[in-house]
Amino acid sequence: MSTLVEQSARAIARDIATGRVKASEVCDAFLRRIEEEEPRIRAFNAVVHERAREMARAADAATVNRGTAPPLLGVPVAIKDNMCTAGVPTTASSRVLRGFVPPYSATVVTRLEAAGAIVIGKTNLDEFAMGSSTENSALGATRNPCDVTRTPGGSSGGSAAAVAARMAPISLGSDTGGSIRQPAAFCGLIGLKPTYGRVSRYGLLAFASSLDQIGPLARTAEDAAQVLQVIAGHDPRDATSSLEPVPDYLAAVPRGVAGLRIGVPRAFVGDGVDADVQQAFATALDRWRDAGATIVDVALPHAAHAIPVYYLIATAEASSNLARYDGVRYGHRARLEKGDGLHAMYDRTRDEGFGLEVKRRIMLGTYVLSAGYYDAYYLKAQQVRTLLRQDYQQAFAACDVVAMPTTPTAAFKLGEKTEDPLQMYLSDVFTVSANLTGLPAISVPAGQNADALPIGVQLTGRMFDEATLLAAAHALEA
Amino acid sequence: MSTPLTREEVTRIAELARLELTPDEVDLFTRQLGDILGYVEQIRDLDTSGVTPTSHILNLPVERDDVIVEPLPRADALANAPDAATEAGLFKVPRVL
Repeated sequence: MSTLVEQSARAIARDIATGRVKASEVCDAFLRRIEEEEPRIRAFNAVVHERAREMARAADAATVNRGTAPPLLGVPVAIKDNMCTAGVPTTASSRVLRGFVPPYSATVVTRLEAAGAIVIGKTNLDEFAMGSSTENSALGATRNPCDVTRTPGGSSGGSAAAVAARMAPISLGSDTGGSIRQPAAFCGLIGLKPTYGRVSRYGLLAFASSLDQIGPLARTAEDAAQVLQVIAGHDPRDATSSLEPVPDYLAAVPRGVAGLRIGVPRAFVGDGVDADVQQAFATALDRWRDAGATIVDVALPHAAHAIPVYYLIATAEASSNLARYDGVRYGHRARLEKGDGLHAMYDRTRDEGFGLEVKRRIMLGTYVLSAGYYDAYYLKAQQVRTLLRQDYQQAFAACDVVAMPTTPTAAFKLGEKTEDPLQMYLSDVFTVSANLTGLPAISVPAGQNADALPIGVQLTGRMFDEATLLAAAHALEA
Repeated sequence: MSTPLTREEVTRIAELARLELTPDEVDLFTRQLGDILGYVEQIRDLDTSGVTPTSHILNLPVERDDVIVEPLPRADALANAPDAATEAGLFKVPRVL
């Protein structure tokens, strides 16, 4: 294995900018690594060899002034396949988008490319980001590089596996209920879900619009900060993107945790959490305390209800968002019999095009929005969502960040939860609250269990306070 | 403690969702959606009287200048269609009437 693929994104960009290595050499090293590892891991829906090589050659040909080189010059990046890439097929790992080639790129992709990054491939996901294991993919499951009999988590499992297996130094995921943080925890990476509105979602295939957010997966806090620095900020093409100024995340990374008050909701993180995860969580808290942080108790009385609230709201929004896949403008259209009309075309296209989990969620969302059930389920969930936000507001009076494990267990086995959707949903217990409240949250590697499987701890911060999360993540880096 | 959901209800929801489910899918979803609804029932016992619902985190008015920008070229918009009359600039669908 080339040592190039072990480098951080920041180191790669610096070495290319100073002429120590060519962007083409870096690109080829990662493409070779993909050739070696991909048959075992299956992280990618598509690897764009020629497009990447061409961009790397262009980066080498351009005269770069050392002082003004873009921050990700020549750095390969893997993009979750629910973000549009102009001219490169984008599938959301769904049959319903077979053959779809977007005419434009997502803003995050445009910004990464403007910063010098080179898209190396599109990564696998649970279809339309609906799942926690990357097994709900029409293109097959991705395996965890730490143990190929286990899932990499999901839905951004391909993006996590690609970085963990050194097939890309950084990647983008999307997070609606934990889809960046849970795979980051399962694969031993840093995964950051920014504040709702921090990063433009233009060009992200929508799942649940009041929850979806794009963020980085990386092996170092500095790399995560660098990616966020590039993708954060207002975008006139996304009306939900915030006008809040973007701070200097990179400058915040080394600032440490002295004086930081870390709140722990003890009652919430007790039951149902594996002993090895509890142990890793306790060790992480000790390390933060040793580095100058204070640990305080906080209560989140409504967090125990976050899963039902999440699955009611997310499916309701999904049933509406996914109405657009109708066989008219893009993707799959069912073969029709003589005499079939427009409705038969819609109904059959959608039944053939969507996988079981997507259909299950569309059904649930349609049900909870239907006449007679709206108040009892959807409206009620929105009210409990308010109570959950109030819990966090109160907690942040006593602390600066809230800590909990990212997941109740380390990576589970492939196939372990596929037959029981409810069990799969329950694995998101610690992650969904950040989406419901809009707060930023990060998963940080916190050691391994006896089977050498990574364990992650999660910190949730105040609105737009990603800087503190990145600094705390860095403080745990050995 | 699952909420009993009938096959008829599942079939009706599938019609609303424009999904032509197979009989096996109707059986599967009758059971699984019943389980999930049984689980989410727990929030119905919470007292939420007078609580304002949260539909969105950032309830900010969004305004922009009304400036005409170059739209997606029509040929690009039609390029992904399963069936299109490209010259006329139209998506094609089966007969409605």
